[in-house]
Amino acid sequence: MTVETWLAAAVADADTRGLPELKPLLETLAKSTAALRRAESASRPSAPEAAKSS
Amino acid sequence: MISGLEGRRIADTATLLRTRRISATELVREAIARAENRRDLNAFTLLMGDQALADAAEVDREIAAGRYRGPLHGIPITVKDLVDVRGTPTTGASRVPAPIASADAPVVSRLREAGVIILGKTNLHEFAFGTTSDETAFGAVANPVDRTRSAGGSSGGSAAAVLTGIGFGSVGTDTGGSVRIPAAACGIVGLKPTLGELPCAGVIPLSTTLDHVGPLARSVADASLLFQAMKSSNVHGIAPAGGGLTFGVPRQYFFDRLEPGVRQSVDLAIARVIDAGYTVRDTTISGAEYTPDVYLHICLPEASCHHAATLTEHADKYSPGVRLRLEMGRYILAEDYVRAMRLRTELTAAVARALERCDALLLPTMPIPAPKIGATTVDVDGVEAPVRATMLSRTQLFNLTGHPAIALPAGKGPEGLPRSIQVVGHRGRTERLLDIAAALEDIIH
Repeated sequence: MTVETWLAAAVADADTRGLPELKPLLETLAKSTAALRRAESASRPSAPEAAKSS
Repeated sequence: MISGLEGRRIADTATLLRTRRISATELVREAIARAENRRDLNAFTLLMGDQALADAAEVDREIAAGRYRGPLHGIPITVKDLVDVRGTPTTGASRVPAPIASADAPVVSRLREAGVIILGKTNLHEFAFGTTSDETAFGAVANPVDRTRSAGGSSGGSAAAVLTGIGFGSVGTDTGGSVRIPAAACGIVGLKPTLGELPCAGVIPLSTTLDHVGPLARSVADASLLFQAMKSSNVHGIAPAGGGLTFGVPRQYFFDRLEPGVRQSVDLAIARVIDAGYTVRDTTISGAEYTPDVYLHICLPEASCHHAATLTEHADKYSPGVRLRLEMGRYILAEDYVRAMRLRTELTAAVARALERCDALLLPTMPIPAPKIGATTVDVDGVEAPVRATMLSRTQLFNLTGHPAIALPAGKGPEGLPRSIQVVGHRGRTERLLDIAAALEDIIH
């Protein structure tokens, strides 16, 4: 799952659960997740394409 | 009142107790009086005055009968209210209903076996999920140095109590810096041992693979005595390390953006270490810049997992910020948790490499002094940054890697707020780190 797909689903779910205030936190988390995936890709050059952020 | 208690060390006090020049009852009475006089700090969730006095009377009887147990016998301390103390609720400083602990946590029972007296439970950032101790059901913990400032967190009440002489030390917990950060904010000593060295049983988890228990105290020697008792090892005091030590300074990432006064204090401390005849050289921890991302993807889901049931049942009883952070953890994908765990292994190896030709690492404990109570952002050398992430940024790596780390006071800045140096040792060699810290303590203070 790409970070973008994950973020859209997470924000939609938070809205459904009556937690719209989670949106900015999830957006920040998405940036961190993208950084995490980049870090893993950098450390494991043979990592599969699916592990990349987008 | 016994004057100067707040400046006295455990070993000196132990001599007075053993020779019956003071009594445990006097020590406890004074500590309780101090706690009553400093209610403005919100350092406590529960003062256990009657029980502490009863325990002190028993200690005095034991010592009078010649049954002296050692340097912690009759020494009053406090316990963070995340840790079980028999017969009291472990609130985590939350409004979420708390059970009464049926037994002491192992670290507490070991300290009791060594003879300590528990004065009370200290306030904290709710469920240890923050660094400022201002999201709590018991009122924001104020810094005794400046009441408008945070005492740090999450063990903020512990640090405030220790600094003001309400006990000689405190049992804290540290998942990303929660012993070292309040120690730095208040100008005392805070030890995070090697991962797994002290049992976390009887402690409300925040992040089960990152949680540590550790002492806060006013000196390295005091922290060492408490650590030894918590480890259930022989309580034998400390032997400051001799000459010939080599220190590594990881400038990349850890020195990238510091409040100017912090940078000045750290540079001065390192210069003093060199002047004292020790060797200091630069070193690198590769991948350190990924630390916050790795940490977040482990800590958040582990915390959410522990709180899953109560988060559903008692959502309204959590502080809003803590609740949102716990909710955020529910959205992290398992695959990203696994990625973070893989990178954690690499970071552990990177810290070990940085330590290969060093006895210990020297770096700042926090990039800023204690922030204002209630601040959500802070200015770091001209850049506005989130306060929680900023305060965690120099400590959380060593929760990931498990290396022992200790915060040492390093003087005060021009505004009068404490500064702190962090010393990081080799995994499994916490006693050696304490010996090294004891050698540095007076040099950098």
